[in-house]
Amino acid sequence: MDKLKRKKPVDLILFLLTWLGIIITVSVLIFVVGYVVINGLPFIRPSLFAREFTTENQSLFPALVGTLMIVGLSLILAVPLGVFSAIYLVEYAKRGSRFVKIVRLTTETLAGIPSIVYGLFGFIFFGVFLGWGLSLMSGAFTTSIMILPLIMRTTEESLKSVPDTYREGSFGLGAGRLRTVARIVLPAATPGILAGVILAIGRIVGETAAIIFTLGNVARMPNNLFDTGRTLSAHMYALANEGTHPGEAHATAAVLLIVVLLINALSSWIARSITKDRG
Amino acid sequence: MEITNKFLINDVNLWYSDFQALNNINMDIPEHMITAFIGPSGCGKSTLIKSLNRMNDLVEGCKITGSILLDGENIYGDIDVNALRKRVGMVFQKPNPFPMSIYDNIAYGPRTHGIKSKFVLNEIVEKSLQDAAIWDETKDRLKKSALSLSGGQQQRLCIARALSVQPDVLLMDEPTSALDPISTGKIEELVLQLKKDYTIVIVTHNMQQATRISDNTGFFLLGELIEYGETQQIFSIPQDKRCEDYITGRFG
Repeated sequence: MDKLKRKKPVDLILFLLTWLGIIITVSVLIFVVGYVVINGLPFIRPSLFAREFTTENQSLFPALVGTLMIVGLSLILAVPLGVFSAIYLVEYAKRGSRFVKIVRLTTETLAGIPSIVYGLFGFIFFGVFLGWGLSLMSGAFTTSIMILPLIMRTTEESLKSVPDTYREGSFGLGAGRLRTVARIVLPAATPGILAGVILAIGRIVGETAAIIFTLGNVARMPNNLFDTGRTLSAHMYALANEGTHPGEAHATAAVLLIVVLLINALSSWIARSITKDRG
Repeated sequence: MEITNKFLINDVNLWYSDFQALNNINMDIPEHMITAFIGPSGCGKSTLIKSLNRMNDLVEGCKITGSILLDGENIYGDIDVNALRKRVGMVFQKPNPFPMSIYDNIAYGPRTHGIKSKFVLNEIVEKSLQDAAIWDETKDRLKKSALSLSGGQQQRLCIARALSVQPDVLLMDEPTSALDPISTGKIEELVLQLKKDYTIVIVTHNMQQATRISDNTGFFLLGELIEYGETQQIFSIPQDKRCEDYITGRFG
């Protein structure tokens, strides 16, 4: 009878702790988003999206274009490389071999390096040694090296989570390894891979140190891939640093938030349409 | 009717790294009959069935000696493994439909082997589903996900999928162990019907199932084939004491 009576004190405490956790997490999120939106929205005017940045009009449009270019370029570089490496490690390499362990250790180490180090490396290697200077190319190559471990790790995990019974079913019908990977394993792993890509986009969009080192921080529209430019985060940093346009800085933050939300929505829409007639 | 042998298994020994899973197996598997492998867990019966279409190749550290002849040709010789697996289809312990539509599940095999024509594919899908006795339940929902089917339906779908590439042999590795009695009954009925077109090898933990459907039964223990013969005889007058103990439920 005793068990039925009511919750024990420990249960109640744990229950309150989990709720406290949820409330704190959600309120921090709401506070940050609310703060950015309330301070930024009044400054979002059509003139902020003018083609030219001038001292009178702190247009964020060149930075918006720069952000999209950097994100697009580094995804083009890093996603195929990362996904194919992960496919090799999971599907082709001998499981638990020395080589796989070394590659895994290397990617994990890469993932833990502070971004400023990548920035310095990118500046010296792409900018100086290869002579690309401060440019979209230097920036995109640097950020793609930064996100490569992330994409590899998430792809590896999602490939591993595809049950072996799918592979057996495919091999059992006389399909080779290439077909099994391309038609059965990869589609089943796509949602997980896209989740990794979304995280990677977040990392690129939020990057400032490595970007300023390699892309530079010049507020004008890049003319070609070897031209300098700036991203929204770097733009915010510049505006906030000068201290003369806090409103525009907040407006940039709000736009950045919207851009990230849009990219995420687009990615999950892609994931859904790929996996439409799957379970 | 003259009995011809589909498989001839000669002196087969198999190791998983240092562990010997099969010990000097010799047996013939006759065509158009149902051959059951029984025995306690870890006795090697699943290992042997997986050797018949070389699924063991996927296990690292697996080494095999001896020969297995399929219609007189050694499948461990210089052959195309994918062509072998097309001829020797397999149904697994747990239903494993692909996460795609019912139609695509069945069409996957034929597409793998180069059939592109929509018309031919439609025919194969319908015929395979009919042969696996699941056409009536699925014909109105071919574009729906195969994962929306019940466990028993999924297993019959997997049988249809195996039939779609027109194999000669159907290997079934405990195909009903994850299913309820009614679904099990349906699968057994189906297996008996398939017998006239296919040679069937089935691994089972269920003694009654072996007596109900199989023509021949092999009893395995610790990697050895202890007794092999007509099912009726094995279950009524077993020759070996260990076999008798097992089928009467004294161990296992």
